[in-house]
Amino acid sequence: MSKITRRKFLAASAAGGTAIMMAPTKKAFAAGSFEGFPDGMGVLVDLTRCVGCRTCEAACNKEQQLPEPAKPFDDYSVFDEIHHGQKRRTTDKAYTIVNRYELKDTEEPLYRKIQCNHCNEPACLTSCFVNAYKKTPEGAVIYDSHVCVGCRNCMIACPFHIPAYTYHSVLNPVIKKCIFCYDTRLKEGKPPACVESCPQQVMTFGKRKDLMKIAHERIKKNPGKYVDHVYGEKEVGGTGWFYISNAPFEEAGFDVHLPKKPIIDNVKDFLAIVPVVLTVWPALFTGFHLLATKGKSHGHGDDHSHDEQGGH
Amino acid sequence: MVNAGKHLMTGLGVLLLSAILAVSCYAMDYPDEVEIDSLANLYEAVVFDHAMHVDATENCSECHHHTTGSGVANDYCAKCHDGKEEMDSVACQDCHSADPVSPENLHNPKPGYSYHNDQPNLKAAYHLNCVGCHQEVDGPTGCEDCHAKTEAGEKFYHSGEFAPKESAHSSGH
Repeated sequence: MSKITRRKFLAASAAGGTAIMMAPTKKAFAAGSFEGFPDGMGVLVDLTRCVGCRTCEAACNKEQQLPEPAKPFDDYSVFDEIHHGQKRRTTDKAYTIVNRYELKDTEEPLYRKIQCNHCNEPACLTSCFVNAYKKTPEGAVIYDSHVCVGCRNCMIACPFHIPAYTYHSVLNPVIKKCIFCYDTRLKEGKPPACVESCPQQVMTFGKRKDLMKIAHERIKKNPGKYVDHVYGEKEVGGTGWFYISNAPFEEAGFDVHLPKKPIIDNVKDFLAIVPVVLTVWPALFTGFHLLATKGKSHGHGDDHSHDEQGGH
Repeated sequence: MVNAGKHLMTGLGVLLLSAILAVSCYAMDYPDEVEIDSLANLYEAVVFDHAMHVDATENCSECHHHTTGSGVANDYCAKCHDGKEEMDSVACQDCHSADPVSPENLHNPKPGYSYHNDQPNLKAAYHLNCVGCHQEVDGPTGCEDCHAKTEAGEKFYHSGEFAPKESAHSSGH
């Protein structure tokens, strides 16, 4: 009777374990092949056009009702600023910034606008344990600051160092970042404020898949003008905002060593075995333990009694 | 009352005459000055010295693509257009839409013009054309070299009388 129970138990736990093992793996694979919502919007950023006028920064400040800047938006001394050994970064008061980069081969500097790239598979979203982040079908990566507990995992997870933190807020510090003007514009099909404000149309707004074609066409139509690469087409699984440039991307401060796969892939295999370890292992080893100890304990008992009897 | 009517009629007559003159001038020749004001908001309108630019450039097509009947500068346009014929409209805003940032306008701004995709909007058409050339020939490239900021502009850029006060420095902390 007890043997059957053990066998049943082991079979059941093995079946359960297999089911558990299959389930998350399948899900993880599905996540790895996700290429963004089909009609998700994006922005093509053409760095050859940017003249560093900072109008986009001013437009963002106004649209998002951000606090007054430290310097006027037509003050170009900000391009010389170095904070902690780095060029300017996005902050809780500036969701987008433009930086200037000196190039090796030409005298003309290159200007690069930085904001959230609205990844197809955002690492911030993956890292957030309270589910504050959301990738909307329109293409924006937004977040619910009411849910945010201020753990700053997303700041570490983001491959582009975008989410900023309201360090000055003592009682309720939260994450702040570009939301693609989701609430006020994108939801209604309108381009974000920075895109609309740009005098040079550095940024082109449209469906991501259409823009990707345009990006490649622009490279093809203008031989020798662009580096033959669309930064953000494949990087970290593809980003909603992507760049074309006349200079090698590393010279414009881009991280060119990012994986082609989404950041979640780095931990996917590990995460897939967590449920297995937590559920199957206890069941399996309890089974082994019962198997191994039941007979033994009988034996011990018997031996003991024999010994006792023998001893007497 | 009669006088006022007379004045009005004279005014209209003068206006009509000048309009006819302007159109015929335009068709035969080119305007010496163009006031670019359709987008003026953060900046004042630009009074564009067209005559000077006609002298400074070798060919109208450097700015007007294939529309002025003076040839084609861009290889891409030249694949379809030989540029020998003057088009009905040669003004920037006749082709470059002031509001093209909608995704619908991204492809084929006008039906049938399948190679006219990825067309810059009006604001970008002006700036890309002007600034691009000015960079090459060392012309003025600063925003206020061409147009003065309006009060709305100063407010927008937090500059001039709307510049941040000293206390703003604390925001860096």
